[in-house]
Amino acid sequence: MPYQSPIPDELDKPFWDACNEERLVIQVCTKCDRLQHPPQPTCTQCGSGDFLQWRQVSGRGNIFTHAVVYDTPISLLIPDQPFNLALIALEEDPGLQMPSHLPGTPVDQVPAGAKVEVMFVTTPKTGQKIPEWRVVG
Amino acid sequence: MPIPVQNPPQSWYRMQEGLGKWEQSGKVCAVGVGVSPTERRWQGTAEDTIGAYCIIAMRKAMEDAGVSPSEVDGIVFDPVTATGSPWPEGMPIPDELKALNPTGDPLDGVCKLSADYILQNMPELTNVKFIMQAPGCMSHVQNVAIQAVAEKATNVCLVVRGWHNLPGRYYVGRGAAAHDTATGPAKFMGMFGGPACYGTATQFEQYCRRYGVTRDMFANFIINERKNGLMFPEGFWFQHRPDALTREDYLNSQWVAKPCAVLDNDIPIQVAASFLYTTPERAKDMKQKPVYVLSHATARDRARGLVPDLDMCQRTAARNARILYEGAGITVDDLSFENLYEGWPFFHIFFLEGLGGYTGIKEGDALHYFETQDISINSDHPISPSGGNVGSGRSRFWNTIDCIQQIQGRAGKRQIKNKAEIAVDGGFLPYAGWFRVWSATPN
Repeated sequence: MPYQSPIPDELDKPFWDACNEERLVIQVCTKCDRLQHPPQPTCTQCGSGDFLQWRQVSGRGNIFTHAVVYDTPISLLIPDQPFNLALIALEEDPGLQMPSHLPGTPVDQVPAGAKVEVMFVTTPKTGQKIPEWRVVG
Repeated sequence: MPIPVQNPPQSWYRMQEGLGKWEQSGKVCAVGVGVSPTERRWQGTAEDTIGAYCIIAMRKAMEDAGVSPSEVDGIVFDPVTATGSPWPEGMPIPDELKALNPTGDPLDGVCKLSADYILQNMPELTNVKFIMQAPGCMSHVQNVAIQAVAEKATNVCLVVRGWHNLPGRYYVGRGAAAHDTATGPAKFMGMFGGPACYGTATQFEQYCRRYGVTRDMFANFIINERKNGLMFPEGFWFQHRPDALTREDYLNSQWVAKPCAVLDNDIPIQVAASFLYTTPERAKDMKQKPVYVLSHATARDRARGLVPDLDMCQRTAARNARILYEGAGITVDDLSFENLYEGWPFFHIFFLEGLGGYTGIKEGDALHYFETQDISINSDHPISPSGGNVGSGRSRFWNTIDCIQQIQGRAGKRQIKNKAEIAVDGGFLPYAGWFRVWSATPN
């Protein structure tokens, strides 16, 4: 699908740089030992920004929930409707989620709760890679 | 000298359980209601801008209460007049709008609202000493106004909230959605293309799986909402397209984000409403019967994940109800009716179940109840007699108007069969909203 290209900023650049290396990293507060996503300037639990680092995660998760999009606001995606839009719960912390179109999974055939693994897709405008997720059985 | 526009202090919000009975319970009341005409979209004239509609609504609310403009000493308003319908970049603003007194911002009164705009165009408001803004929702404006009267910051307070709707598809292909790059928070969710209703679609998907129910079981609720709306003379569907909905309409509704279809959304419209709040003492010589506020509550929760999930909706809806009951000194069994929000109609399931036993409905029961029980205004426990946003278009205030009119006994054809004595309303999100308990008496 012709995704928009995310433009990294100072806060989230390590996340996007890792994507370009086909690694999935998530922001972590080492004081709280707690992951958070999307990246924030401070820990949403302790409020400090002094202990924020990046931690590589497994790239495994499962499908938490999903819908099938028939009327997207994003111009680039309109020709590909309908498409799946799932939320993936990360294996390391199911309270954190990432969106996915579940490439390879037909609409209306999304297996609720199924295991997925990350893959990386190149976006057309800038070449920035983004994480996507595919069902692995 | 200009009157400063204040922001509400945090202490004015009731957000936790354990606060006990609200010390101002029964000491604030709503008296007047005013609603502008409705239309699908702004027609491009000065007379139907959202600013003009807000003025119409405020004048009607004063007239309804039997209050002269010079008696109003406070205004609480929402500077935001919509979501998803920004003024198109670079488009000139028509000269016709100069018919109303402009402020420094040419879009003031077109797709936003300022205190300056209100005061410059309503010179009859000669005694206003208190102005506060409460962005986000009419429900927010109301709770702030209620607390403002309780705090004696104002004695006769007008509140106003408008919704503009400019030409063009709502959100679709507008602003950042039209670009081939993504910036800001959209990088982590929005660029994947979920429409505005994506969150509610996924919450309902979780609900259906958890309780083994299906979307068709929701049809009766939507049909009943429109039916109630067609008895709401102030509403959009009553005024413009008075057509009832059928089960087939609902089942064949076009998908937006399956399992959420067009009829699981509300229709954006151009409309404004105003309410007049005061104290019971001051209300004595007003034209309408006072409707007392027994309690109010605020929810302001942040999801840890990207999209609030079903658990969060259920947990916060139930907590909001408990704060309301505690503040009002009532139980669920005291409710004559409920008008909780349904602008994404699936929310009403969570709100209704969160009430903790309204007509016996507990978590997971709502769809079965809609399918098998009478939910109309003639039932012993009416469900959303206002018809809400589904019944009258997106405003987030039909529910409040209905609570006031039902308890005043002037809801017309919508008047519920049983005596309307105590009700709850509020919205818009279970985890981010403002809620109230209304009563025919102060105790």
